[in-house]
Amino acid sequence: MADPHERNGENERKPDSTDDANLSARLKSLDARISQASAQRAEAEPRPRSKTDSSAIGQAFRYSAEFVSGVIAGGIVGWLVDRLFGISPWGLIICLILGFCAGMLNLLRASGTIKPARYDDKK
Amino acid sequence: MASPIEQFQVKPIIPIINFTNSSLFMIGAAGLIVGGLLYATRKRALVPGRAQSVAEILHDFVATTLTDTTGREGMKFFPFVFSLFMFVLTANLLGMIPGFFTVTSQIVVTFALAFLVIGTVIIYGFVAHGLHFLHLFTPSGVPGWLLPFITVIEIISFLSRPISLSLRLFANMLAGHIALKVFGGFVVSLGTAGIGIALLSPLPLLMAVGLTALEFLVAALQAYVFTVLTCIYLNDALHPGH
Repeated sequence: MADPHERNGENERKPDSTDDANLSARLKSLDARISQASAQRAEAEPRPRSKTDSSAIGQAFRYSAEFVSGVIAGGIVGWLVDRLFGISPWGLIICLILGFCAGMLNLLRASGTIKPARYDDKK
Repeated sequence: MASPIEQFQVKPIIPIINFTNSSLFMIGAAGLIVGGLLYATRKRALVPGRAQSVAEILHDFVATTLTDTTGREGMKFFPFVFSLFMFVLTANLLGMIPGFFTVTSQIVVTFALAFLVIGTVIIYGFVAHGLHFLHLFTPSGVPGWLLPFITVIEIISFLSRPISLSLRLFANMLAGHIALKVFGGFVVSLGTAGIGIALLSPLPLLMAVGLTALEFLVAALQAYVFTVLTCIYLNDALHPGH
């Protein structure tokens, strides 16, 4: 842990210091190092997620769920639009197509082919 | 022979207050988490013992996942994310014990969890950013005539999040447990089919052993995936585009 060099140096500098003073000096330097390390970690931006899922079946489930959920959400929205405005079946047809697009968008975002649009103007 | 989906039946235990086996295992999972963590942290030693190390590793794991995705200000959601992770993980792993009920194989349960996440995102997003939160749905740099379509697609994409979050966990647990049961059933039916065919029955048994290992992996992995996606969605609430 503690560098033997450093300890020797401290002992030489204050040979008559008590153990307590020595200990508190070492604690102080440790404190400084800890705060430095945590400051470095805090500065680090949120790292991009690593794209390596450990199992292929997990990845397959993930992507299929992304796509299917888009279509299902489109279907639910379309059904609600039909119920609310009484324009059956046009709401369902249009929203299913849009849901297909949303599912594709989810899929492309999940696979990292396109970046989420909302981060683009940050850079 | 028992049907492979019989294990997912919700049976009432105390019918008067609608207490089912699902409720029992949900309470069991919650009790196990609270009891286990209280037991692990009862000493609060500077040098952790075995149980305390496990609790600290779980804490640090979720904290790192959260801060990696959302930055430091995401830590205000830590209790929420940690509870979600622990509940999903414990429920998944409890379901791996033979004869136990898998809570997360019920889409109602996973959808309720996902709804909680997306509800938090929406409410916090509007409280913290007001109408600025709606800019999430209008990406910049899109030609004007395309904007209505893109906005509708983005809204549907946003609405699909709780569905995909719940569907993924539910489908993984359901498919895994059905596959285990089916291969277990093969062992029995091949074993009782006759002398010649009975020799084949160890083959599905080997498969079932392999699948059990895979299921443990999936149980932990899906809890992690659920947590990571929760963090990503919370990140949208914390920093909705511009």
